[in-house]
Order: sequence, then structure tokens, then C-alpha cells
Amino acid sequence: MRKHFSAYIEKAVDKYDNLVFITGDLGYNALENLREKMGDRFINAGVAEQNMIGVAAGMASQGYRVICYSIAPFVVYRCLEQVRNDVCFHNLPVYIVGNGGGYGYGIMGSSHHAIEDIATLSGLPNMECYVPAFIEDMNACLDEMFTRNGPSYFRLGLGKNLPEGMTLTSYGAAPSKNDHAKLTIIAQSPVANNMVASLKENAHKSSIDTFIVNKMPIAKLPADIESSIGRTKNVLTIEEHISVGGLGSAVSLLINELSLPVNKFVSLHAEGYPSGLYGSQGYHQKESGLDEQNITKIINAYF
Amino acid sequence: MEHKKLQGKLRTRILGMHYKANSGHIGCSLSCIDIMISILKFKEEPDTFILSKGHASSALYTILNEIGEIPDDKIDTFYKDATTLPAHPAPMKYKAIPFATGSLGHGLPLATGIAKANKLSKNNGVSYVLMSDGETNEGTTWEAAHFAVANKLDNLVIFVDKNGLQGFGNTADILGDTAAVKIWEAIGFEVMEVDGHSISAMLNVKQKLLAKKNGKPKMIVANTVKGKGIPYMEDKMEWHYLPMNEAQYNDAIQKIKNDYDL
Repeated sequence: MRKHFSAYIEKAVDKYDNLVFITGDLGYNALENLREKMGDRFINAGVAEQNMIGVAAGMASQGYRVICYSIAPFVVYRCLEQVRNDVCFHNLPVYIVGNGGGYGYGIMGSSHHAIEDIATLSGLPNMECYVPAFIEDMNACLDEMFTRNGPSYFRLGLGKNLPEGMTLTSYGAAPSKNDHAKLTIIAQSPVANNMVASLKENAHKSSIDTFIVNKMPIAKLPADIESSIGRTKNVLTIEEHISVGGLGSAVSLLINELSLPVNKFVSLHAEGYPSGLYGSQGYHQKESGLDEQNITKIINAYF
Repeated sequence: MEHKKLQGKLRTRILGMHYKANSGHIGCSLSCIDIMISILKFKEEPDTFILSKGHASSALYTILNEIGEIPDDKIDTFYKDATTLPAHPAPMKYKAIPFATGSLGHGLPLATGIAKANKLSKNNGVSYVLMSDGETNEGTTWEAAHFAVANKLDNLVIFVDKNGLQGFGNTADILGDTAAVKIWEAIGFEVMEVDGHSISAMLNVKQKLLAKKNGKPKMIVANTVKGKGIPYMEDKMEWHYLPMNEAQYNDAIQKIKNDYDL
């Protein structure tokens, strides 16, 4: 996904002559080409994320669209007030790109993880958070971010290609209509790949609707998700983010607001650091029950 | 002389606004109104100005009203419900207030971004920002200062309202003088000190600094007195917070009328 992201931005540089890229001193072995290509529109703000966001807002107020790039937690938590006051209050086109997100930086440790980023940012005024799962929906998110041209957060993880049988929608991706589905799964971010792997050989595969929601906050439950839940009455949400302020809590609220009858609702989400031990992204996913095996167990329990 | 009358007139307006609103933040507005006159009254398109010490909003609103950017009827709504003029400037209400401020340490990075944008666009506008000396405690000050130097933003002008007082004490006793000329010169700024209540002195210094196209961002350390013009308020930390009673208000207005030849 990072390669595709970089390729997309290189094209955007040609398309938008008001595009500026600011990095918080990151990009080794990734952004060299972009730096070369953008010249003075590529800025290294140094190890100073608060100023990076303030400068971006100042530039955006003068007609530029500004990408701010760093490792996800550094560009979310350190500079939250700058994001809220300087960017969001003024509805400015500053696109915050957080590399990693979730447990993406694995063994680098908790300082480098961002499992509360969506909760932190998605409630800010005018903010749209993009959390794509696959390469295809990432491109759709980028298209929308550039068209919408407002305060944005883009969580850039490691994704694969959109699985067969799913098509892109305005909110993410949807399965083909299945009148016999017994379970609705809604997933977000590249952890959806674990769901895809789990379903590959699953005997109940043909009885499951799988959706991707890649934008937060969710103002309204998409009609086809509402219709699927109406039919299946069983819901599973999967996200690499804490339950507070994430996908599961948002879907739960929307289901209740619509008074949709649901027999069983399970939210699989980041549990933090339950053992107090550290490891790869896969290790942390497993500790939170977001691994392929546990997803399979949870799915099978519905049938 | 002309400046003096304007300085007095805007002081009486600030006092009137605060008296009607029964509100504080008087001392800090009287401290920097002369600086804002020297910037905003003489600003040229496409120069920009950000009041980083947003708590001095009454001074900002008053000078913007004077130059026709905020209408009279809006001034009457200061501090009232459904106003566009709250105690700290609101976002996206007036063209002349490009950014809402109130949390300290935001104005300088924003003004630095505007200066950087002006350089990229080859636009001649000067990016002005007014900070308080206490505000330079904020870490963003130092991030932005180094960015401005590294990016050779000689179109950035910082005014520091140096009254020596901050939220809960003297700046000297809290973190020390974070607006010291030597520090800023060492970072790479072109710095000049000036009497922050003399419009002509500030205009002179501003002109001198802007003539130096040497790649160095500029700082004008304006030495001021908190509560300037009202003896019982001058250099008193409590007038950051206190509202005036009727007798204090009448006394203050009389004093300004006498001393500023109104």
C-alpha cells in the first residue's frame, strides 16, 4: 500500500500545482523520489510535529493543499490541539498521513502504535478519517480526499488486493447480494486481510456478507449494510483499534438508532497490551483476538 | 500627536467594551493595543496579521473596527450570547482574523506557514504575528523559530509584547526571559528592541527590519507596560483577570482623556 500511496502522490503532484508535502523528518528509502520531483514543494519540518501542523494550516490558508506525513502516532497525538484548532476549526485542506496505524509498527513498541487514532481524530469538526483495507479502496479514499479537500486523516497500513466477490462502494466495499446470508461482518483497515484469510476455506462462507467501511465517522449506516443486518440479524465488527470511538461502537449506535433487531453482536478490536509483552503486528493482533484463527472461531460460533 | 489621539481613543473603546461586558483581560489588551495599531493601521495588501495572544481580543476588535474590518454593531455584541466576538477570536468570522486563537503557542507556527506560502508563491506579503512574552514559554515557539530560520523566512515579523508578566507571576521568576534578544539572535533572527507604546518608534524599527532582505526572520521586542495608561492597572498581574467597577471605569476613562489629549 505504501508503494501505491507514493505512486499516487507522485501523480497528484502533476495534477495539483498547489500541493505541498511536509514530512516530520521521515521517509528514508521511501520518499526520495517524491523529494526529488517536488523540489521546494517538499518540506522537511524536522522533528517538530506541532509546528508541522501549524505551518501546514498557515500554508493551507493561503491556497495550498498540504500533506503532513509521519508515523501515525506522532502526527496524531503530539499535535492534537494543532489539528483541532488550526486545521479543523478553519476547515483547511491539510491531509494528515499516518504511516502504520493500529499495531502496524509491531516490535517497534507501543510508542509507535496508533490504536486510538480514529477515536482521537474522528470527532473533530470537519475531519474525515480514511482507513482503507485494500489497495483498491485506498485509491478510492485518496481520490475522495483530494476531491473533498478538507481536514483529513489517512491511516496508511499494509494492505493486499481487494478479494474476489467484493466491489467498491462509496463507504468502502460490499459483497454481492446474498439473500441467504446469516451473518454480516463489517471490517476496517488491513486487519480485514485476516478476515479474508479466515473465510477462504470456511464452510459457512456462502452464508456471510462481508463489508468494508473505510471512512470515519459514520454518519449513517449504509443502506446495503442496514439491509444485510436486517436479514441476518447477526453482526461481527473487526477493527485494529480500541472499542471506544471505533467502528464497532459506531455501528452499534447506528443499529440502535434504527431499532434493527440483532440476535448477536460481537466486536473484535484492539485490546491494548493485555499480557504487557511486545511483538510483531501479528503477535498483537493475536493477543486481541484479531488473528485468522480466532476470527474463524468467532465466525463459526454464529452457526 | 495624531497617533496619541488614536491610542487614547482606542483605549477608551477597549475600556468601554470591558466595562459593558464586566470582563477581564483589560491589562493585556492595553499592553499591546499600540503594537496592533502600528501593525494593522499601516498594513498593506497582501500582508497578514495573527494575534497569537488571543486573550487580547478587545484590542484586536477595536483596531479592526477602527480600520473598517468589523462593523460598529458587532462591537456592541462583545461577550454577549450569539456573538461573533467572543473573549478569544472565533474561526472563520472575519477576513481580517485569519485564525482563531486563544490557546497560546499557535500563532507563530501559523504565521510561519503563511510566510512559507508567500515565499513559495513569490508573493510580497509580510506575515505579522503578535505574541506575549509569557507565550514564548510554549515549545511550538522554538519549533517554529528554527523552521523560520532554516527556511529563510525574512518575510516573517514577530512582535513580542514584553510586559514582564504572565499568568501567575513575573516572567523572570517562572521560566526566565524566553523572549530575550540574545536567545533569538543566537537562533538566527534579526532582532530589535523598541518602546512598545511609541507608534512612531515601532514604525521606524519595522521599516528598518523589513529593508533587510537578508534571509533572516525578524523579531521586534516591544517593551510594554501591562495596563498601560491606567495607573492603578499598570504592571499589575491581577488586571489580567479583573473587571472594573463603575468608579474604576470612570477614573480610567478620565485618566485616558487627560493623558491622551482627547
